[in-house]
Parts: sequence; C-alpha cells; structure tokens
Amino acid sequence: MSPLQLGDKTFQSRLFTGTGKFASNLLMEEAIEASESELVTVALRRVEMDNKADDILKHLKHQRINLLPNTSGVRTAKEAVFAAQLAREALETNWLKLEIHPDPKYLLPDPIETLKAAEELVKLGFIVLPYVQADAVLCKRLEEVGTAAVMPLGAPIGSNQGLQTKEMLRIIIEQSQVPVVVDAGIGAPSHAADAMEMGADAVLVNTAIAVSPNPVQMALAFKMAVEAGRMAYEAKLATQSMGAEASSPLTAFLDEL
Amino acid sequence: MKTFEEVHATHNWEATKASIYTKTAEDVEKALSRPKPTLEDFKALISPVAEAYIEQMAIKSRAITQQRFGKTIQMYIPLYLSNACANACAYCGFSHDNDIKRITLNKEQVLQEIEVIKNMGFQHLLLVTGEHPKDCGIDYLKEMVEVVKPHFPSVSIEVQPMKEHEYASLIDMGLHTVYVYQETYHKENYKTYHPRGKKSDFSYRLDTPERLGKAHIHKIGIGCLLGLEDWRTDSFFTALHLDYLEKSYWRTKYSISFPRLRPHVGSFQPNVEVNDKQLAQLIMAYRIFNPDVDLSLSTRESKKFRNNMLQLGITAMSAGSKTEPGGYAVYNEALEQFSVADDRSPQEICDMIKTGGYEPVWKDWDHCMQTS
Repeated sequence: MSPLQLGDKTFQSRLFTGTGKFASNLLMEEAIEASESELVTVALRRVEMDNKADDILKHLKHQRINLLPNTSGVRTAKEAVFAAQLAREALETNWLKLEIHPDPKYLLPDPIETLKAAEELVKLGFIVLPYVQADAVLCKRLEEVGTAAVMPLGAPIGSNQGLQTKEMLRIIIEQSQVPVVVDAGIGAPSHAADAMEMGADAVLVNTAIAVSPNPVQMALAFKMAVEAGRMAYEAKLATQSMGAEASSPLTAFLDEL
Repeated sequence: MKTFEEVHATHNWEATKASIYTKTAEDVEKALSRPKPTLEDFKALISPVAEAYIEQMAIKSRAITQQRFGKTIQMYIPLYLSNACANACAYCGFSHDNDIKRITLNKEQVLQEIEVIKNMGFQHLLLVTGEHPKDCGIDYLKEMVEVVKPHFPSVSIEVQPMKEHEYASLIDMGLHTVYVYQETYHKENYKTYHPRGKKSDFSYRLDTPERLGKAHIHKIGIGCLLGLEDWRTDSFFTALHLDYLEKSYWRTKYSISFPRLRPHVGSFQPNVEVNDKQLAQLIMAYRIFNPDVDLSLSTRESKKFRNNMLQLGITAMSAGSKTEPGGYAVYNEALEQFSVADDRSPQEICDMIKTGGYEPVWKDWDHCMQTS
C-alpha cells in the first residue's frame, strides 16, 4: 500500500480518526492506538487550549499522532479564521480541519463561508482540510484557492448511513488534484473499504468507532478495511460486467452484407 | 412566516388534550416504528397508553442518544446572582409575596462564588436571577457576564425575558445560551399563576425565543413547569414550540428541561403530579421525537432517578447546585428557590457518570468560536 502525501507530511495510514463521543478519554486513546491512525481531529471547543494538562490532549500525546484541530461550532468564515489563529498558537500546528456548519441539527457545511475562510486561511499559511458537501465544483474551487485536500461527506455527520453521495464522490475523485478524504457518514468498515476502492485517498471515521460497544476492536476493523480497500484500488479491480452477454452476436449481420 | 403565537392559537387546548388521551396502542406502535416521528407520533408517545411501551421507548431513546451525542454528559452549574423579584409567581420561592431576605450579589461576591465553582471543575456556568429591573436588570447582567466570562468558556443565563437588542448585546459579549421557560402554554390559566409583574404577559414570554432566534443566539432552552396544568398537553405544546423554532431559526441549537414542582417556601402545591415513570416516559418521548435536542436533568431530581436516566436520553446534568444567591461561598442561609433532591458533590456525580460508562464533558465551548 502506497503512503499518502498530504500537505507537508507523509502518512502510512489512510484512516483518519476523531475524538468525540467516546465513553472515556482512555478508551479513545486505546481505540486510536488500535486504528494506527496518524491524523486525529479534535474540536477546539472541547480542549482547554491554554492548559497543557488538558485531559483530551494528554491522551493524544503519541509520537505517531498528528493533531488536526477542527473549528466545529463556528458559523461564519470570520469566526473560523479567528478560532484557527488561536488554535495555531496554542496547539502549535498549522494544520486545520475547516468546519463551518451554521446548522446545528444536521451539521451540514456552509459552502460559501467555507470557501471564503479557506482562501484566507491558506494565505495565512494554514494547511487547510475543508469539510464540504459532496459538491464537485466546490471541491475544484477549494483546490484553486490552495487547500491541501478536500473532505466531502458521504452522509450527514454521525448518521452511519454510508456513501449516500457515491455518484458525486466518484466525480470529485476523478477530477481532484488534491487528496480526497471522505468524511462523515461512514458507519461500517465496508463503507470505508468501498470509498477506498473507489479511489478516495483516505477516510475519516469517528462515530462508528466511538459509539460501538467495542471501540478498540471496531477501530482495528476499520484499519483493516481501509487497507484492504486501498490495496484493491492499487491492484486495480477487475472490470464488472455491465450485463448479460447476448447469446447470438448482435453484429453477425455485418459479415453477411 | 407565522409567529409562534399564531401557531399556538391554531391549537385548542382541550381538543389537543383529548387527542392525546385517545391515542391507541396502534398509534404508539406506529410512532415507535417511524424513522422520523411526527408531532402526532409525539402525542402517542406521551399518551397514557404508551406507558405500557416504556421498555421499548427506553431502548430506542438510548440508541438514538448514543448515536447523536455519544457516551457523554455535559456538566453545568447554576450560579444564583439575585433573588430579588417583582413577580408574584404562585409556585416560586422567590415570589415578591414571600417574606424572605433579598440578596443581589456584587462583583466581589461573585468572584468569591466562582472561585469555589471553578475548583469543582466546572467550565459551563448558568447565571440565574429573579425579575427585578432595578436590582438585576440588563446593566447588572452585562456587568456580571463581563465578570464571569474570563473564567468560563461557556456562559448561559436564566433570567427575565429581554428585548432583541439587549440579547444581541449580551451575545456580542460572549453569552452562549438563554433558558426561558414558558411555565405553561395554557393561555387562559397562565394568568392565575402569574398574576402580577412583567411575567404576567403571556404573549411577551411566548415570543421570547423568537427574539433570541432573531438575535442569533447559539442555544435556546425551553420547557414547561410540570405540575401546573395537564403535563401531557403542556409537553405537546413544548414539542410544537421546538418544531417551530428549529424550522424558523435554524442556526440555533435547542435544549429542553422538565422541571417538576418541588416543595418550597409558600403554600402552593402542585396541581398535577408527574410521577417518576411518567417523567421518564416524557424524556424518552422527546428523544424519540427529536434526536438532536439537548435534554437536561437538574438536581431537582433524585439520585436514583438521575443515575438511571443517565443512559436513557439525557445529555446534560448539573451537579452540586446551590439555588440561593451566595450559596457556594458567601452565605449559608436557607434562601433557596427550590430544594435540591440530589445533593451529591460534583465529584460524586462525575464518578457516577463514569461508572455508568459515560464521560462527563466539562468544556464544550470556547469564546474563540463566537468572535463578533
């Protein structure tokens, strides 16, 4: 399985993980460990940025783990940029998962504010990974303003519904010149494998691991599924037959003319 | 767009009540099987006949809550700033008619109080006052938000209804959530519980979440006081209100509380009793009806009830609460608004939550998320 080049880093794992919803921070640590994830997103609103002993951050201090602070909670580009700058200073990373969802019910991303913020954050030197709708044009626009990747959703956050946006993801993957990370909605390892087989560069999984009765085992299952999907993609899947083959040739008449 | 008052007016209280009390087992089963329950389904879930389905409701409520919120409980604590009040609410310990010592904390006293609260671990502070324009009006609240803001990433208030521009100015200062309970949606009888003072204006209070939505508040807490009117009908109107607000002010998050009347200074006793099983049914019904709404359970409720409801739909809990101004550090007098039933320390509550397989969440907001 080839490593993933993203921003200024190289990742051996193509499974990115989240930190919310776990029954304890210790369990979160164990699950992330089992997943072998190297990029872990954490909500700025959840951590005490000025407290070195913050309990979430304490459990993420592993050599392998790169922190990916996210702006979940902000509603506008202005708020996102302000929060990002504080995070960069406090957490000493210029990586940022840009999330602007003014709708607290389905947490669907605002494309207009996201594009505005992304452009400004790139200029300010951030490595920006924007969470977006599976909108191929928006993904190209984000690429043009310099985001390091795009993170289109498979389904609403936390819904475990799988790749509801599959046809759109296919177009995004086909057209994108930056890594495509399928984020949100991935509810089962098979969904993750499916995304990887399609050619997604990575997936981000949180709820399906955190809320499982056995998060550690589920994390391992996702790790294996992501690897299997990626390996299958790189090995190239056999072409699927489009339908039954005609029993008598359709063009035999051409020889009779 | 219709106002909620107009929506409210299209629902007759008695007809609504009758439709809840005539729901059948079949209606409940339908409600439980629907992926997205309707308001009619909510009526079925709070109906008397649904009591027989309480176990199925619990299973569903737990699963929905875990998927949406994970295995976490948000922790908060109230800080009573003032018990001065010009209202005469029949059921409230702070009523103007009650002969109690009136206290409004000053800045220095508030700093003493929050030092104790901070040491307990809290990051979400709820400021509470009575309604007294002179002693604890908007200027006082602004001053107090300014005092507590550097110490708490999340600041909420539960105070008198205010004007839209007043809310806007508090939000600009960093206010995150406003709790404002209608007490009862029974328009005609509202006046009997709130005979005098500004609170006697049913319509102004009903319109308050609307003003908050227009001011772009992050979260609004609504609810009715259980024990005044028929609880099922009042709860239906709460759900109707929630449904309206979510559609009208979609940038705002919502929270529901279910305060049950408890003994207090004064002579008012609950008109209707809501027993534990019924309260559990109501909480689960809200959850099944709405997967996203915060459901908050205060220290009014007993230890056993809180321990067991932890997994069944609740998303927020208070702990170690004192319901009198100065109760944490300044005074040790019995001036409380209501008596708490769960008097365990925050550490004990925290241990209980962890033993139940959940993570207490102290911090879930940061002032940096709402720069204006």
